[in-house]
Amino acid sequence: MQIRFQLNGKPVTVDVPPHELLSELLRDRLGLTGTHVGCDTSQCGACVVHVDGRSVKSCTTLAAALEGATVTSIEGLADGAALHPMQQAFHEKHGLQCGFCTPGMIMSSVEFAKNNPDPTPEAVRHWLEGNFCRCTGYQNIVSSVQAGAAAMHAQRKGA
Amino acid sequence: MRTFDYVRPATLPEALSALAASPEARALGGGMSLVPALKLRLAAPSALVDLRGIPELRGIRITDDAIVIGATTTHADVAAHPAILDRLPALAALAGGIGDPQVRNCGTIGGVVANNDPSADYPAALLALGASIETSRGSHAADDFFTGMFETALAPGEIVTAIRFPIPKQAAYEKFKSPASRYALVGVFVAVTAGGVRVAVTGAASCVFRAEMIESALGERLAPESLEGLRFSTDGLNADMHADAPFRAHLIGVLARRAVSKLLATGKVN
Ligand SMILES: Cc1cc2nc3c(=O)[nH]c(=O)nc-3n(C[C@H](O)[C@H](O)[C@H](O)COP(=O)(O)OP(=O)(O)OC[C@H]3O[C@@H](n4cnc5c(N)ncnc54)[C@H](O)[C@@H]3O)c2cc1C
Ligand code: FES
Ligand code: FES
Repeated sequence: MQIRFQLNGKPVTVDVPPHELLSELLRDRLGLTGTHVGCDTSQCGACVVHVDGRSVKSCTTLAAALEGATVTSIEGLADGAALHPMQQAFHEKHGLQCGFCTPGMIMSSVEFAKNNPDPTPEAVRHWLEGNFCRCTGYQNIVSSVQAGAAAMHAQRKGA
Repeated sequence: MRTFDYVRPATLPEALSALAASPEARALGGGMSLVPALKLRLAAPSALVDLRGIPELRGIRITDDAIVIGATTTHADVAAHPAILDRLPALAALAGGIGDPQVRNCGTIGGVVANNDPSADYPAALLALGASIETSRGSHAADDFFTGMFETALAPGEIVTAIRFPIPKQAAYEKFKSPASRYALVGVFVAVTAGGVRVAVTGAASCVFRAEMIESALGERLAPESLEGLRFSTDGLNADMHADAPFRAHLIGVLARRAVSKLLATGKVN
């Protein structure tokens, strides 16, 4: 079946089998391998993207259901060579080691930070319950999200 | 994953006829239980009938004495709804404690209720509050709806359209989460309703149930101390890699006491 949706700001028209997952469409057919797949049980959050501004697990989303939707993957965050403030914060605060969980962490955090300009560490940890990291011990991820949230709102005020 | 037909009807009658067309067709809500089951080949439907394109199934209505939540309303929308936060905060908190943000952004109340997972949170709220489940065929009382593990009173092809919660005098929910999935190892919902104290327990057994022993103790005196010394039988309680039956029996008492304390602390009497 044919679907049309917006992907990272551009219109896309693709034929999808009804059982194709959004993660498979992005990675295997559209070449956007920044979205990672870390589990088979919808629990790890490595695959998080935004659909209509909300974070969802692309490994548990049928591509067929996306007709007319607006999808943003990790590749859609940066503005040319300038990293998104949340990406920049993960870079500066060392919010990653192997980097496998990072795209999902960042996509999830961007939704959170939109409504939370100055989050407490507890609030960040609660929000990131669906994003597993097997390297960092989370400490630097929490600092990154706090810094990223502040930077996103400072940028908005400045603009 | 085995393939299937995917349809997204715009009206309830179209959805009903799509489901009636094949005994293997299944409704699709948020997909948070069904898609993982498809991936693991635990389910292999001939067709998925996506209910999210039907406008009247989504949204929240407040009347004088009830909160009516459309079947495809997400957990995130229930958790953030100002009138639910005001009139039935225990329900908003329950919805906000389901899974993780991404599960709450997709998962729907109708999907949870139709699925009747023994560890799901909402069934405890429905049963304790004496909710009714409105469907394409009529209405079911929560007391008669949850019939067994992943079993409900729904007939094949019947669609849940909304859940109606009567607004209680007071209510509170406490759960002990599985640290991996956040599903309830045990969850206890305590409600003071027009018909008396009602207590429902999820996660502990194969299906949500009412705890009559706790209800009558709290009916005499609404205080955590009323539950001191009560012993819960391990008969029929779940034992799995997360917890054995004696631990679950113990948790019922602990969580019931915590829920009563919380309910008294909020001091909200409608
Ligand atoms: C990682 C993870 C953690 C989770 N943690 C929790 C938790 O802590 N607590 C909890 O309660 N749940 C939890 N869930 C489950 C979640 O709440 C799901 O949203 C829910 O079980 C199913 O709802 P759904 O809308 O996604 O339904 P779907 O997966 O789309 O459907 C589930 C079943 O219901 C049927 N169905 C759906 N809608 C209707 C309808 N309107 N009428 C008739 N039949 C219908 C479908 O045919 C299917 O059989 C978790 C899920 C995941 C993936
Ligand atoms: S890949 Fe693990 S939640 Fe999607
Ligand atoms: S940085 Fe390796 S899993 Fe998070």
